[in-house]
Amino acid sequence: MTRITQTILLLAIVLMIVLKGCAQRAPQSSSGPSGQAGNTITIKGSDTMVQLGQRWAEEYKKVAPNIVLQVTGGGSGTGIAALLNGTTDIAQSSRPMKEQEQAEFKAKTGREVVEIKVALDGLGVYVNQANPLKEISIPQLREIFTGKITDWREVGATPGKIILYSRENNSGTYEYFKEHVLEKGDFAPNAQTLQGTSAVINAVSKDERGIGYGGIAYAKNVKVLAIKKDAASPAISPDLTHVEDGTYPLSRFLYWYLPQEPTGELKKLVDWVTSQAGQAVVKDVGYFPISKNAVAAHR
Amino acid sequence: MTPARSFTRNASRFRYYPGDISLAIATGVAVLAILTMLAVLLIEIAWGSRGALSWEFLTTEPSKGGLAGGIWPAIYGTVLLVLVMTIAALPVGVATAIYLHEYARPDTWLQRLIRSAVINLAGVPSIVFGLFGVGFFIETVGRSIDSVAYGGALFYGKPAIIWASLTLALLTLPVVIVATEEALKAIPVEHREGSLALGATKWQTIARVVLPQAMPGILTGAILAISRGAGEVAPILFTGAAYYLPFLPAHPTDQFMHLGYHVFVLATQSPDVNAALPNLYATALVLLALTFILNISAIVIRARYRGRLRG
Amino acid sequence: MIQSAETVTPSRRRSARRSRIIEWLIEKTILATATVAIISILLIFVFIGRQALPVLSSESVRQTANLREFFTPNGTTPQGEPGYIWQPVSEKPKYSFIPLMIGTLKATIVAMLVAVPLALLAALYTTEYAPRRLREYIKPLIELLAATPSVVLGFFALVVMASWMQQAFGFEMRLNAIVAGCALGLAIIPVIYTVAEDTLTSVPRTLREASLALGATRAQTLLRVILPAALPGVFAGIVLGFGRAIGETMIVLMAAGNAAIVSWSLSDSIRTMSATIAAELAEVVYGSPHYHTLFAIGALLFIITFVINSIGAWIIGRLNARMRGTVQ
Repeated sequence: MTRITQTILLLAIVLMIVLKGCAQRAPQSSSGPSGQAGNTITIKGSDTMVQLGQRWAEEYKKVAPNIVLQVTGGGSGTGIAALLNGTTDIAQSSRPMKEQEQAEFKAKTGREVVEIKVALDGLGVYVNQANPLKEISIPQLREIFTGKITDWREVGATPGKIILYSRENNSGTYEYFKEHVLEKGDFAPNAQTLQGTSAVINAVSKDERGIGYGGIAYAKNVKVLAIKKDAASPAISPDLTHVEDGTYPLSRFLYWYLPQEPTGELKKLVDWVTSQAGQAVVKDVGYFPISKNAVAAHR
Repeated sequence: MTPARSFTRNASRFRYYPGDISLAIATGVAVLAILTMLAVLLIEIAWGSRGALSWEFLTTEPSKGGLAGGIWPAIYGTVLLVLVMTIAALPVGVATAIYLHEYARPDTWLQRLIRSAVINLAGVPSIVFGLFGVGFFIETVGRSIDSVAYGGALFYGKPAIIWASLTLALLTLPVVIVATEEALKAIPVEHREGSLALGATKWQTIARVVLPQAMPGILTGAILAISRGAGEVAPILFTGAAYYLPFLPAHPTDQFMHLGYHVFVLATQSPDVNAALPNLYATALVLLALTFILNISAIVIRARYRGRLRG
Repeated sequence: MIQSAETVTPSRRRSARRSRIIEWLIEKTILATATVAIISILLIFVFIGRQALPVLSSESVRQTANLREFFTPNGTTPQGEPGYIWQPVSEKPKYSFIPLMIGTLKATIVAMLVAVPLALLAALYTTEYAPRRLREYIKPLIELLAATPSVVLGFFALVVMASWMQQAFGFEMRLNAIVAGCALGLAIIPVIYTVAEDTLTSVPRTLREASLALGATRAQTLLRVILPAALPGVFAGIVLGFGRAIGETMIVLMAAGNAAIVSWSLSDSIRTMSATIAAELAEVVYGSPHYHTLFAIGALLFIITFVINSIGAWIIGRLNARMRGTVQ
């Protein structure tokens, strides 16, 4: 019977480790339905915003240590789907909710979804640092990403096939780019789709013929192009002033969507996020804080 | 010394045919290639994780979006997940193997049906298990539990560690069944016959004679199942894995962090892939170490057990 | 039980009956538990089928997602020609399965081209040429490769292999079918190797000795006598590897580029069926056409692996029958 005793002993040890872990951490973990009744707030959605969400979670813990923020990414579409499925308290989205999605929400719950602007972002277009290009116009971008322009020669850079890096279709960044740059056209089939902005940037930094797009906060080791609204406009680079006053053509709000007007702990969180403290985190991560000017400038 | 044997002995000593040599080289090169690739994989991961691997890394939470801090919650989540999975899969797998080998009359339709079900279960792609986890466990079972016990509030009807564990249990069920059956087959039929002749019932024979001897084999199967379950990511993508949880899972409806999922997210979605590389390599190393240790112990147990039975 | 009714006291008869009832209960419980396997596979069939069915049965879903959409040209390429497009998030969603199936096929072909020769040759070495002590080390080491989680292989391919290969071969697209296929091949080598090695060792020694006695060289014996004798098992291993390669998700999700291209070039990025499900399932709204389409892809994947396994089992059965006539 020694073998059985050995096995039981091993299992007992494993069990003890597991139980120790249980006792060590917050005993009042997320048992219970998520939401204001418990003290866990679920935040799901945009990959562009997931780092921001995590930093907010870390900082907010210092402000309200008994509230636990649970942040996952997956893309803006994932967050909105979770909102519609009822599996999240807050959906982070790097694009506004589509009318169809808002209608679906209303049909399911009878309420309007609550939209809160929490940060400002510029969408950067990235090329490899060896690429001689410095600026590009939106019509040219459209032709490139729909596959009509296939060679770098056609936009004035060193000849070579253009390698496209795009995002998965659950990404708000993808949607924004599709709507505002491609004017709702389709991406070229040979656009490689990567899981996150940083993957896009990583790929472009390694590929001399690559071009990609993504939130500015992640830009490292790549060249960011200045954008011209059309061939005749001046080229604007994505820095704070240009994004805030709306002259940078590819700037967008980052949103929080809630299933109803926030109350209690949720309201405290929202107030904190839109306050100076929360917006300081926004700047830290690399986005741009919400200001009255910005809101006015963007329609 | 049969004539054939001395013939071959002499033949291989005196005559080396070119075909022999090239085949020997080709097969040797193949083995070398495979082992080299394995070595490169291990060395590359070990080298990349220098600097990130430390006691703090194994025992603290991640911070700064996974770029700093440690992976303790991921280790804990993986272990808990695998524990629940084993509790679910082991009894069912062993019972199935016992039925197939001890009770079922050979070649009945039921026995053949179970066997083909096991073979097909083993062939189902892991992502299809994930789909099943969503479509059945979460949407159907979870929501039913919610409407019956919680009046419709969404409690069990969303990704949770219990559903991920059950999905993985289904995935690893064939591993347990096959290993247990192997163990049962290895026990000589004389032991069973002797027991029955002495007046024991069938179940007494199984419980007191067969199973104890089959324990090492069953253990091997459990370990292999654990190793497989700890490494699979596709089935848990939508059934409960999360990237940043500030608490450890303690309730069946909690989500959990997971080593493999952490590697996936860090590699594809982390804010700064290059800065995350050391942590990424280190997490991969920990996961590899976990599965390797499990597999090696299974192999050792299997080797010692085979020796014991033969001797 | 060796008892006669006349010599047994009533209490013993009662306890005998009780233990018989317990025996019967235990056997039926075990039987019930054993049916979990059947129930599970049936449930998988049913539930994936149910969630996939609306693409065949529901009017509203079939407006955008139907068989014609899946398998016939459904859009235009940027060059203006009719093509197969997968673009589910769009003004007009496009759900063509063709680029996904081609992608799956390309990855699997590369994986098999890499894995089958290496695994078979390695199995031959381990059973024929390796000294006994070396064999004890090689087999577990290759099985260690099986212990490597596919997410780690995918990570390795993404971060390390892709760069190497691009430097060595000058690929245009850094993440493509070849990179993913090689990593996939690594993943299935142990699968084929283990089965092949098992089968080769169980080929009777008499066959080998007879062949050598008749004057064949070692190579001829191996290739013309032993390998054909082991064919059923070896083929089973290959079929197992093929099924595993088709269904593998994490490696292709991370290292294949995920571009739904219709081309036969192996150095183009690919988007496989499994990776599509993994990448897109999180964002779909429960009940939308996109949701049902993803389940339809899953159902298709399930059916394909099921058919491959069944055909494989049938072929193996035929090979076995042929073998049985010639070998004891």
